[in-house]
Amino acid sequence: MTGCVPLRVVGSFTLAVAAVLVTAGAQAPDGAAVLRRVDENMGADNKITTSEMIIRGRRGSRTVMSKSWVQGRARSFTEYLDPPREKGTKMLKLEDQLWTYTPASDRTILISGHMLRQSVMGSDLSYEDMMEDQRLVELYDAVIAGEERVGDRPCWVLALSSRGGEIAYATRKIWVDRERYVVLREERFAKSGKLLKTTEVRDVERMKNRWVPTRVIFKDALKDGEGTEFVVKAMEYNAVIPDHLFTKASLR
Amino acid sequence: MIRFLLKGLLRDRSRSLLPLTTVVLGSALTVIGFSWTNGAMSSMIESGARFSTGHVKVMSRAYAKEADQAPNDLALAGAGALVGELAREYPSLDWTPRIVFGGLIDIPDERGETRVQGPVAGLAIDLRSPRTPERRLLNLDKAVVRGRLPVRPGEILLSDGFAARLGVAPGASATLISATMYGSLVVRNFVVAGTVRFGVAVMDRGAMIADIEDVRGALDMADSAGEILGFFRDSPYRRDEAARLAAAFNEAHRGDSGEFAPRMVSLHEQSGLAQTLDFATQVYTLMLVFFILVMSVVLWNAGLMATLRRYGEFGIRLALGEDHGRLYRSLIAEGAIVGFVGSVAGTALGLAVSYYLQNTGFDLGSMLKNASIVVTDVLRARVTPVSYVIGFVPGLAATFLGTAVSGIGIYRRETSRLAKEFEA
Repeated sequence: MTGCVPLRVVGSFTLAVAAVLVTAGAQAPDGAAVLRRVDENMGADNKITTSEMIIRGRRGSRTVMSKSWVQGRARSFTEYLDPPREKGTKMLKLEDQLWTYTPASDRTILISGHMLRQSVMGSDLSYEDMMEDQRLVELYDAVIAGEERVGDRPCWVLALSSRGGEIAYATRKIWVDRERYVVLREERFAKSGKLLKTTEVRDVERMKNRWVPTRVIFKDALKDGEGTEFVVKAMEYNAVIPDHLFTKASLR
Repeated sequence: MIRFLLKGLLRDRSRSLLPLTTVVLGSALTVIGFSWTNGAMSSMIESGARFSTGHVKVMSRAYAKEADQAPNDLALAGAGALVGELAREYPSLDWTPRIVFGGLIDIPDERGETRVQGPVAGLAIDLRSPRTPERRLLNLDKAVVRGRLPVRPGEILLSDGFAARLGVAPGASATLISATMYGSLVVRNFVVAGTVRFGVAVMDRGAMIADIEDVRGALDMADSAGEILGFFRDSPYRRDEAARLAAAFNEAHRGDSGEFAPRMVSLHEQSGLAQTLDFATQVYTLMLVFFILVMSVVLWNAGLMATLRRYGEFGIRLALGEDHGRLYRSLIAEGAIVGFVGSVAGTALGLAVSYYLQNTGFDLGSMLKNASIVVTDVLRARVTPVSYVIGFVPGLAATFLGTAVSGIGIYRRETSRLAKEFEA
């Protein structure tokens, strides 16, 4: 978990494409194969990310800064740095459980049930989004629905449908960069077909042989406002993170 | 004449018993129906006003559009100044700011870990100001079941049943998990000062009452309020005046086009209450008309039977020189006497039942336990001056109509043929 970004997108931040595999004129690959490449490119490294979240609501915008320590897909620890009201708030994710600690109350609370659908810090992301850590290929069947350009980047358009079980989004539509295997645009839908969330990657940078989205706009389609902009300020790969950070004791 | 008619009615019971019984029942049911509807509507209005709508309510325009969801991100900023303005401009009302919020109450164990959680409907009110009207409006002193009212910052009230389910007593620590005005998660500790029971299912299911300053601090809503409620001082809701007041306020703020500009709405404009109340009034009016029609038909039939049975009597009276009009009028007068006496008796019976229902009420708590509207569990009839006269409407109208229609047959009797009829 990095700040307020779901692991699915966090994975995108860590994306590194080893080689350009798809060339112009090549035949469209199998949807599952593209999805597998997207999952592989997300990686499961240890990383430390400092990020900024600009939340644009109807009353103006707020900026929330955080630092996250991520170990693989299942463990993460986040500390909020700014604004002062949020400073010192910490979140710990261990597998499928999420705890939060606020210094004002000195309480550690397990976030569960319908609370998982609440907004994170007033952003367009929910805790449920943050909790998502399984590989896409394990959750969805994928078919290639077409080819489109996002900006100047040629993309595969993949239609994902849930394989069943409890899942936040029954279907998704993703635009995958054909060369970098970065998800550049995404639409997430409810079972009814209603659009729930969208993401747009605005900037992608090369970091340590990886293509990393460094500016992403998240939008909750059910909310007013202009969405939440997530900006990666710094990222350290293969960082040494002590195990004790991923314990409830470290929250206090 | 009246004495003659009265003697006839008393001595010939077949002439009076059925019509009288019909009128008594009809009048009594009308009085009971009116008093009950009046009481139920008053209960809905009063409990709804005290806990939710006020007699008038000021919200931001954006908040008003989604008021059912209590969207605190769209709350009124600068609430203190606005309350001051309202108090100056409309001094005949008490104005009080409130914040409605939702969340979870989390009860910690001895190690500070979650022991039990429950969803809570929060209401932030001015609890601690010396001149706050809230204690009176919500009848808080009488609502306390255990403990006491909050007197210090950070103290709250929980509904008694909710507190029992959570296993907390006064003095226990309770943590509110909610969202700030800007959507951030907030975790704030409070101390349970006491538990309350309002007799209103929505409030008693799982409510938390806190001082508005504490909630402003917790929800990052400094000098903000979701709603500012206005109550006519020492008088019940007055629909026309509330509507006039709201129109005047909104006109005064028409120049402010922002979505966070204040907008005033009357009780009737909120939560579909206008439709509910109008519907209830229409149903009651229909009920009254229905009573009159049914009673008229019954009395008409009774009149027809009486006309047949009194065929000979009418013939003799006509033969003796009484003209048709006089005979017809005497029948109408008989009907009026039956109607009046029946209405008096019916009204007396209806009032007795209505007073009983006013005093004891009818507990609908079990039916309202999942209700989303704010209405008191015990509904009561309400006897008003109108209750004393409303029974006369169907009582007199139906007897008049019934007798007038059935008596028309008198005019079909021809004086020239009476002798032949008697011979036969």
